[in-house]
Amino acid sequence: MQDFTLLNQPDAWELWLAFWRFEDINALWVLMGSLLLGMGAAVIGGFAFLRKRSLIGDALAHAALPGVMAAFLLFHSRDPWIMFSGALASSFIGFFIIDWLPKHTKIKPDAALAITLSFFFALGLMLLSYIQGLEVENKSGLDKILFGQAAAMTQDDIRLLGYVTVFILLVVTLFFHKFRLIAFNRLYAQSLGINIAFYELVLALLIVMAVVVGLQLVGVVLMAAVLLTPMAAARLWSDNLKVILLIAGALGALSALISTQISYLAPAMPTGPWMVVSLAILFVASLLFAPQKGLLQRAWQQRRLRHKVAEENLLRTLYKLCERGDFHTRSFSLADIQALRAMPVSRLQIHLQRLAKNGLASHCPQGWCLTDAGFEQATLLTRRHRLWESYLSERADLTPEQIHLQAERIEHILTDEQSRQIEAELSSTQLDPHGQPIPTATAKAGETK
Amino acid sequence: MTTFIQDHISDLWILATASLVAVSCALVGVFLILRRQSLMGDAISHSVLLGIVLAFLLSGTRDLTILLGGAVVIGLITAWLSDTLHKVGNLQKDAGIGIVFTLFFAIGVILISLYAGQIDLDQECVLYGEIAFVPFDTLIWGDMENGIDLGPRAFWSISIVFALVLASIWIAFGRLQTVAFHPSLAASLGINVLFWHYFLMTLVSLTTVASFDAVGAILVVALLVIPATSAYLLATSLKNMLWLAAAYAEGAVLTGYALAFWLDSSISASIAVCAGGLLFLTVTGLQIHKLRLQKQTVKTIA
Repeated sequence: MQDFTLLNQPDAWELWLAFWRFEDINALWVLMGSLLLGMGAAVIGGFAFLRKRSLIGDALAHAALPGVMAAFLLFHSRDPWIMFSGALASSFIGFFIIDWLPKHTKIKPDAALAITLSFFFALGLMLLSYIQGLEVENKSGLDKILFGQAAAMTQDDIRLLGYVTVFILLVVTLFFHKFRLIAFNRLYAQSLGINIAFYELVLALLIVMAVVVGLQLVGVVLMAAVLLTPMAAARLWSDNLKVILLIAGALGALSALISTQISYLAPAMPTGPWMVVSLAILFVASLLFAPQKGLLQRAWQQRRLRHKVAEENLLRTLYKLCERGDFHTRSFSLADIQALRAMPVSRLQIHLQRLAKNGLASHCPQGWCLTDAGFEQATLLTRRHRLWESYLSERADLTPEQIHLQAERIEHILTDEQSRQIEAELSSTQLDPHGQPIPTATAKAGETK
Repeated sequence: MTTFIQDHISDLWILATASLVAVSCALVGVFLILRRQSLMGDAISHSVLLGIVLAFLLSGTRDLTILLGGAVVIGLITAWLSDTLHKVGNLQKDAGIGIVFTLFFAIGVILISLYAGQIDLDQECVLYGEIAFVPFDTLIWGDMENGIDLGPRAFWSISIVFALVLASIWIAFGRLQTVAFHPSLAASLGINVLFWHYFLMTLVSLTTVASFDAVGAILVVALLVIPATSAYLLATSLKNMLWLAAAYAEGAVLTGYALAFWLDSSISASIAVCAGGLLFLTVTGLQIHKLRLQKQTVKTIA
């Protein structure tokens, strides 16, 4: 049993160097082809994604199969242009069926997709098995489009692939604004007098073309991922469509680079599946590590917000304790604090220590005390809380119990500007609905009472 | 009569297996269509490949229970992961499904080419299946020489799954019906919709893996979705729809087998094509009926 792992091939490094010295002209062609396809498919797939038709590529790729077989049956040739036209025609028929079924029958869109996909694929396989039973020349290799085989591509194939992807990228740059408008706001585009039907057709044609040229490289079954996954990953990195499409193209190209390396170094490894696997890895990496939208970043922000809320709640509790003691003392024991805000001692300690780190509280003989800065902050928070309570009871007619819960949340996010506005709206800013005084904004340490 | 059966014993085995496959798929497919989960069926039928390969590589046998177990695990992971991507990654549902099943299928294909010598699976058979070879792979009771030939393995595995599907529908008919037609009502009645969702996914995985040998990964999708859709267009009740779907499936098997015999093409592909043809006829018939009704109303108004 031969192993295909890189470690058992002592000359993997040599091979790899040879690859990058471009000694193997065939490998260079394959690399070029995959790079172009990766970029083109990612960009056009991006628009399919935005139109919420992520899996249309999957269905169209399957729908291309009977076209290829029928073209071969008619012309008995494997000329790339003939195959391309056949595939294009049958993919287009598939596209119209997917569109037509949900509009004219009660079949749902997802079922229409699955029906078209599986029916066309079955038709293709039936024709393929029929062809294999016939006595015709050069029928071998037709089945390669099921899984794709980059190594079997001829220079003609790759030239065609090149033309098509360049065409796709050109049309997308040309019509970018229209496509974007239609993708995000169809109705608005329509009201501007843009011929939506025409541009949708162009978009469909481009998707079909990308799918069809991708078949030889990636294969029918996995083509969907090459269209879909780069966009799903790129979307996490930016909010600007231009940037997203550029990133998607780059990710597509990167996966092409990785997969062609792998199948060059270990020839038994299929290029298409590795392209899909590397795309999936890039997607997972994006999902985890992307700034702003990445899961890790989001978890980190949530954690920070939780801490902030916990600290601010604690500050307000300390203010209330001050208030009870008529502001004579600012130091309290842990038991005092716990009496007002029930939580385990260990958690309380952690929060207090964090307050101390920020200079808002400090150790003192009795336990903990508020610093000047801490007192100022606590006053501010309490003011926001009580202002909001007054505002709600004046304007929204809520019971005191309801307003307290609302204020508990809003006090952490109200800005100074907003609290000034509320102040202007209120008739009185002396007492809150519970009858407690609202501290003034200028309340400084020591001069409160 | 007995000689006829003896002459055509392998044809009969093929027809019997194909019928069981088609009818099980159609029955499960009815619920997929009603729950609007046809794409999940597509996804699971692809990722089951990985389940089969992994089960085979880890255990080293083609033991039926292990294969079924592996497929169910992977099928449930596919369903769960797609849902999670949809919720956590803020992706559209179909995008999540697309990413997951292409990845699983790709890994499956890579593993097959990596261990090409050890796995009795090649890429083509994954897609077609080869129902024509079903009669040659038989189960034998007792030892190899003088045991009793029980018939094809594929037949027995799909029989077990068929019985399971039938029993589940029989026992849980009410629950399945409520969940399929009115998930929010089901939830308010205290039915655990999530459980029944994954229960359905389990049935899909089981059916897919048992049909895999016979018809391959993608034709399973055709059998899951197409007869059930034809039935959906005509049926007036769930029971009605189940019967119709089974009838459509059986019709596809018989016409498909004839077509394959005539063209000398792949049996499983022909069956799927015929299922599509029957759907086409149904849609055309309904369309004509609709047009006629329209004309009639125009006439009566005029």
